[in-house]
Amino acid sequence: MNTNLSMNNIVDWTTTSDLVGNVKVDQVGVLDRVSSLATRSIKRESKLDALEKIVSMCDLTTLEGEDTEGKIIQMSSKAISPDPSDDNVPSAAAVCVYPALVSTAKKIVKDSNVKVASVSSYFPSGQAPIESKISDTQFAIDEGADEIDIVINRKAFFEGDYKKVYEEIKALKDVCGEIHLKTILEIGELKTYENIKKASVIALCAGSDFIKTSTGKISNGSSREACLIMARTVREFESYGYGIRGIKVAGGIRDAKDAIRYLVIINEELGGSWLSADYFRFGASSLLDDVLKQIKKLKTNAYQSSYYFPRG
Amino acid sequence: MNNWEYAESIESEKIVKIEKKYGHFINGEFVSPNSKKYLDTISPSSEEVLSSISIGNEKDVDFAVNAAKEGLKQWSKTSPSERSKYLFKLARLIQERSREFAVLESLDGGKPIKESRDFDLPQVAQNFFYYAGWADKIDLAWGSGISKPYGVVGQIIPWNFPLLMLSWKVAPALATGNTVVLKPAETTPLTALLFAELCDEVGLPKGVFNLITGDGTTGSELVNHKDIKKIAFTGSTSVGKYIQKSLAGRDVGLTLELGGKAANIVYNDAALDEAVEGVVNGIFFNQGHVCCAGSRLLVQEDIHDVFINKLEKRMQTLRVGNPLDKNTDIGAINSKDQLDKITDLVNEGVSDGGELFQIECELPKNGFWFKPSLFTGVQANYKIATEEIFGPVLTTLTFRTPDEAVEIANNTEYGLSAGIWTEKGSKILWTADRLDAGVIWANTFNKFDPASPFGGYKESGFGREGGRHGLLSYLKASS
Repeated sequence: MNTNLSMNNIVDWTTTSDLVGNVKVDQVGVLDRVSSLATRSIKRESKLDALEKIVSMCDLTTLEGEDTEGKIIQMSSKAISPDPSDDNVPSAAAVCVYPALVSTAKKIVKDSNVKVASVSSYFPSGQAPIESKISDTQFAIDEGADEIDIVINRKAFFEGDYKKVYEEIKALKDVCGEIHLKTILEIGELKTYENIKKASVIALCAGSDFIKTSTGKISNGSSREACLIMARTVREFESYGYGIRGIKVAGGIRDAKDAIRYLVIINEELGGSWLSADYFRFGASSLLDDVLKQIKKLKTNAYQSSYYFPRG
Repeated sequence: MNNWEYAESIESEKIVKIEKKYGHFINGEFVSPNSKKYLDTISPSSEEVLSSISIGNEKDVDFAVNAAKEGLKQWSKTSPSERSKYLFKLARLIQERSREFAVLESLDGGKPIKESRDFDLPQVAQNFFYYAGWADKIDLAWGSGISKPYGVVGQIIPWNFPLLMLSWKVAPALATGNTVVLKPAETTPLTALLFAELCDEVGLPKGVFNLITGDGTTGSELVNHKDIKKIAFTGSTSVGKYIQKSLAGRDVGLTLELGGKAANIVYNDAALDEAVEGVVNGIFFNQGHVCCAGSRLLVQEDIHDVFINKLEKRMQTLRVGNPLDKNTDIGAINSKDQLDKITDLVNEGVSDGGELFQIECELPKNGFWFKPSLFTGVQANYKIATEEIFGPVLTTLTFRTPDEAVEIANNTEYGLSAGIWTEKGSKILWTADRLDAGVIWANTFNKFDPASPFGGYKESGFGREGGRHGLLSYLKASS
C-alpha cells in the first residue's frame, strides 16, 4: 500500500496536483495504437468467449424522463436473464437507473447477482452545489443502490479549478464508503486527450473505483481513444501501488464488433485480469441485443430477429 | 485471473498460385536460364520449399540487358502521358490483387500478414500512383535542363520489403523513361515474379521491365555489365562498397541505400506511453529487418528505469508466430543466415557484458525465429551498440543532456534515420537540426509517404528515393 493513499483509496491533493501537472499524451501515438489494435481478428471460440464476457459486463441502462416502474421492472428482469433460451448466457452486471427508480429495480434483482447502479450528483450536467449532489447520492444509497455513477464538475474543470473537481468527487466517495463509485468524465465535452487524461487522474486520485467515459446524453459519447488513455492511466495507478481501478465505457457503443474492439484495448493494455465485471463495464441499452444475436449466430449459424429476445 | 486467448485467424494461402519453377522475365516473357541452374526459395516460417528460381549467369544478364536496350528504343518514343498510363494501370492492378501479393510476401519473406496487407501493399500501390503522376511533368520537377533518362538501369533490391523496394525503384525509373533490369533478393523473389506477370497483363512494351533472379553472383554480373548506365542498389553497406568499387572509372550512375543504426532519442519530457509504442514499432516492425529501424534506444538517464519497465511490459504482449495469422505481430526471421548473424551478435552482446531481456513466448518448431530482445547496460564500445543487427534486437544507451544525446546519436558510421520523443516543439527542432540523418521522425516512427524523399548520410548511402527528389536518381543533365 502506498503511503500517499489514505482511507477510501484517496490520494492526497499535493500528489494529485503533481500528477495532473505532469500529464503527457500524444495524439498521433494514441490514434496509431487504437487503429492498430482494431485490426485484431477475433474469431470462433475467442469471439464467443468475448461476447459472453461482454454480456456479463453490461450495465443495462435507461436514463430517461419517461422511465416508469414498469419499464424498470422489464429491464431488470432482462438483466437477470438476457436470453432465457440459453443457460450459458450470463446475467448482465447491473442495471443503471435514476435515483427515484432504484428501489423498484432493487425489488426485481434482489436475489440475483445483478447490481443496481444509480446515477447521481445532478446527472448529467452536474450543475448544482455539492450539498445537493451529496443529498442526491445519499438518497440513491438509502434506496438500496449498490453502485453510484456520478459526473465530474466540468464547470470547475474548464475554469481550471481542478481542486474543486477533486474535492467534490472525494466528498461523494465519502458518502459512498464501500459502495462502488463510478465517475463520469464526459469525454465528449473534455475534447482533448490531455483533458481526458487529467480528468482520469483527478477522478482516480479522489477515490473513484471506476472512471467512465460518458453520460450517454451527448452525441459523441465514448471513444476507443479515450478508453486507451483511461486504461493507461489505470495502469499507471496500479504501478504506483494505488490499487486496481476499473473502467466503464458508455455512450454510443451499439454493436458487438465495436464492443470487442474495446475489449481488445483492455486486454492488451491492462491484461486479462481486468476482463471481468469487477474492473470493466459497458454502459448499454441497444448493445446487449446485438451481442445476444451474435452469440446465437455463433452457436446456430443463423441470425435471429430482435423479437426472439425479450424486450428490455 | 481471466484470460482471453485469441483463436488462430489464418489468412488463406489458396489465393496464391506458385509455379514449381520460374525462369527469368526477359523481353516480355518468361525464359529458361542459360545457366540451367536453379535455387530453392523457401518459406522461412516453415522451411517448406515454395518454388525453384533461376540463377542468372553472365549470358542471362547479357540477354536481359540487351532486351532492355531494345526496349529503350520503343520506350523513348512512347509519350510521357502514355508511360503514365502504364504506371496507373500497374498501380490499379496491384491494388486489385493486393491480397494475393500480401499472402505471397508473407509466405516467402516471413513478415506478418497484417504488415504486408496494411503497410507494404498500400505503399506499393501509392508509389506507382505517385510516379505515374510525375511521368508527364518531369520538366516541371527539375527544369528542362535535367531531363534525360540514363537508359538501361540495373536495380538490385533487398529481402526485407521485396515488393515495396521494387516499387521504390521501378516506378520512378519507368516514369522518367528508363528501362529496367531488376534483380530481387534470392530469398524473396516471388512477388517480383508475380509483378512481372502484371507487366505482361498491362501490355507494357517488351523489354521495358526485365527481371533476372539469382544470388550475389547474378547481381555482380549485372553491376559489371558494359551497357548498364546506372545502378540503384538497396542492401548492406559491405555490398554497397563493393558495387561502388566495381563502378569506379566507369560512366555509370549510382545510388545506394544501405544500412543504418538509428538512434531513437527519448527525452524525459516525452509522453512515455506513446514513446514506448514508437520505440517498439521502431525496432520490432518487420522483425527489425528495416534499414531505418530505431535500433539504438537513447533514453535520458533519469527516466531509464521507468521507461525500460514500461517497454519490457509492452514487449511481453507482442505475439510471435505464424506470419499468416492475422494477429501475429512478429513473424519469422527471413533466412537461416540472418538468424545466425543475429544470434552471433546477441551472444557477443551478452559476453561483452550487456544485460539481455527477451520476452517469454513459445517459438514454432520449424522455421527461423528470434525472440524480441532488449539490451540494457550497454557501453558505446560494444559491437551491439555500433553494428547493424537487422533483427528484433534493441540496444539501450543513456544520456544526460540534449547535447550528449546528439553526440551519441551521431557517433556512428551510419546516418539513415532517427527519432525524437519530447512534448517540447522547440527541443524537436533543436535536436533535428543537429542530427546527421536522412529522415528524422518526431513523436512517431516509420511513417512513409511516396511524396517524401528517403535516403541516407555517411555510410548509409547517397541518392534519394521517393518524392520529387526521387526522380533525380533516374535523370541526368541533358547535353
